[in-house]
Amino acid sequence: MRLHFFHALAAATALLCATIATAADITGAGATFPYPVYAKWADRYHKETGIRLNYQSIGSGGGIKQIKARTVDFGASDKPLTREDLEKDGLTQFPTVLGGVVPITNLEGIGEGQIKLTGKVLADIFLGKIKRWDDASIAALNEDIVLPASNIAIVHRADGSGTTFLFTDYLSKVSPEWKAKVGAATSVAWPIGTGGKGNEGVANFVKRIKNSIGYVEAAYVKQNKLHYVQLQNLAGHYVLPTEESFRASAANAEWDKDSGFYEILTNKPGSGSWPITGATFVLMHKSQSKPAHAMQVLKFFEWAYAHGNHTALELDYIPLPDNLVALIKTSWEANIKDKDGRAIYTVSASANSP
Amino acid sequence: MSKIISAAKLTRQRLLDQLFQKTTWFFTVIVLVLLVALIGSLVVGSLPAIKTFGFNFLISPEWNPVTEQFGALVPIVGTLVTAIIALSIGIPVSFGIALFLTELSPSWLRRPLGTAIELLAGIPSIIYGMWGLFVFAPFFASTVQPWLQNTFGDLPGIGFLFEGAFMGIGMLAAGIILAIMVIPFIAAVMRDIFEIVPSMLKESAYAFGATTWEVIWNVVLPYTKSGVIGGIMLGLGRALGETMAVTFVIGNAHQLHASLFMPGNSIASALANEFTEADGELYTSALIELGLILFLITFVVLGCSKLLLIQLKKREGVAT
Repeated sequence: MRLHFFHALAAATALLCATIATAADITGAGATFPYPVYAKWADRYHKETGIRLNYQSIGSGGGIKQIKARTVDFGASDKPLTREDLEKDGLTQFPTVLGGVVPITNLEGIGEGQIKLTGKVLADIFLGKIKRWDDASIAALNEDIVLPASNIAIVHRADGSGTTFLFTDYLSKVSPEWKAKVGAATSVAWPIGTGGKGNEGVANFVKRIKNSIGYVEAAYVKQNKLHYVQLQNLAGHYVLPTEESFRASAANAEWDKDSGFYEILTNKPGSGSWPITGATFVLMHKSQSKPAHAMQVLKFFEWAYAHGNHTALELDYIPLPDNLVALIKTSWEANIKDKDGRAIYTVSASANSP
Repeated sequence: MSKIISAAKLTRQRLLDQLFQKTTWFFTVIVLVLLVALIGSLVVGSLPAIKTFGFNFLISPEWNPVTEQFGALVPIVGTLVTAIIALSIGIPVSFGIALFLTELSPSWLRRPLGTAIELLAGIPSIIYGMWGLFVFAPFFASTVQPWLQNTFGDLPGIGFLFEGAFMGIGMLAAGIILAIMVIPFIAAVMRDIFEIVPSMLKESAYAFGATTWEVIWNVVLPYTKSGVIGGIMLGLGRALGETMAVTFVIGNAHQLHASLFMPGNSIASALANEFTEADGELYTSALIELGLILFLITFVVLGCSKLLLIQLKKREGVAT
């Protein structure tokens, strides 16, 4: 009887080991912003190839820590690392999808995209310098609408977030005063306002608090039917937050693979560019001790660039332009090597494969 | 017929006894070691922040991740203020509930009511947070806050507590949600200890012609005061450390305001919000130091309550 039990146990252990060995699962951790699209891609990829992706959305900071500690195959961050930071830890980085950050308001009688703001005015509102909606500087931009004679209530993110990074980076670029007093980071010392947890927290507070203004990830605007604003871009045009204006901003960036694609898409030139756009990034180690496994990770993203655009658009993310994807692939070949310094991924080989 | 226990059996039993004793001792030591390890890792983790900011960390209201200037004053004040609001609402209400259940309620109602309160104690805190944000906050903003401001806003001395816009979220809302959360805990403990008051004591008092209130105030409460304080401390412990529910409604702003309508921050919600995205050693370290401070606050509160209990016991000895 006891013997039987041990036999069964041994068999079970063997089976378990076999499953672990065969499943070459990819693991990643980091930013919460791309989590919905990574999860959806992973689901489709698993159905097509049988390879699973286990992505933990623990936040960009956590993702960077995890990839540095080599506990995951790739890390993900909304804020790109600088070239120096990448070199220090032997990392390489590339963007995966784009998204936009959109200021939202709750003003009686003022609908979607009706109110116009410039970057300077937006910065002054969040600095607490412009206190009322009927302030002369806002009225001058919106002569055709009646602004409420009330105080402005400000809502910002309470948790550290890539969304906050893009928003404050934009404000720093358009307002020297914002840059000096507050600066740009995933969480900052807000001069004024109430903090909501996550995009949904901010969206909820703005809906709740009359005469408020906040900012959320573009996807949340549509889902929650929030009232977005028109922003003036670098070229001086007022633009609406749409797929086209996010794309225009990415098209006007100068992507440089040598700097690890360090590019923040705020305040970009171009008449149609939405001024607060950003990419989300993936981090990998340059030197891979298990090249076959690293190849699985690259294959996943190769598949995502080729077949994942539709899924991304459905979830209100913007796919990368084709020329950028080509550039990313050459950067894989140039940067990600096995122990002997051989490239793991070659562009020419992948071009031949179906 | 008496059975003779063999020496071998005796030795074996003694061994088993010892083994049992050692095992339980081992379990206890695990907990102590864990406690020491926790304090140790909190201290080690917060060393960079302690070295950089020193004592100033406790009194500085500044919290700026960009310039890496950190001070814990805002979260400390927020934690204490919300806990005080929670207890000042929670204690009288729990006391009333416990009294009703043990002294005044018809007996058929006691069991269902008691169970309902125990159920409330079992609801996960995130549910309270979501309910607070989606249901309570709008009601609070539209009804309670205007009433509070109209009634107390002009009173000298306390009027400043109710200034500002009606947002439904902020320190007062967080305190009230906390009160709702601690009431079941305090009420359940109070009910259990009120029940152990010997009926002879109460009946004697009634026989002397005491009213229900006099019996409660002069017999039940003195008999159970150490238990009552224990229940309150349990509630206070929960109020100090509560994270999710507070995060939803406190407003999460590192700002000091005199008004309770304005947003603030508590230690636990600052940790929940910022830990995941904290980059840089000093930022993480400052957050860990916040955790250490919360630990110390809880420790001091527990220590004070123990001292209070010892003091009460001593006075009892004198009185009799």
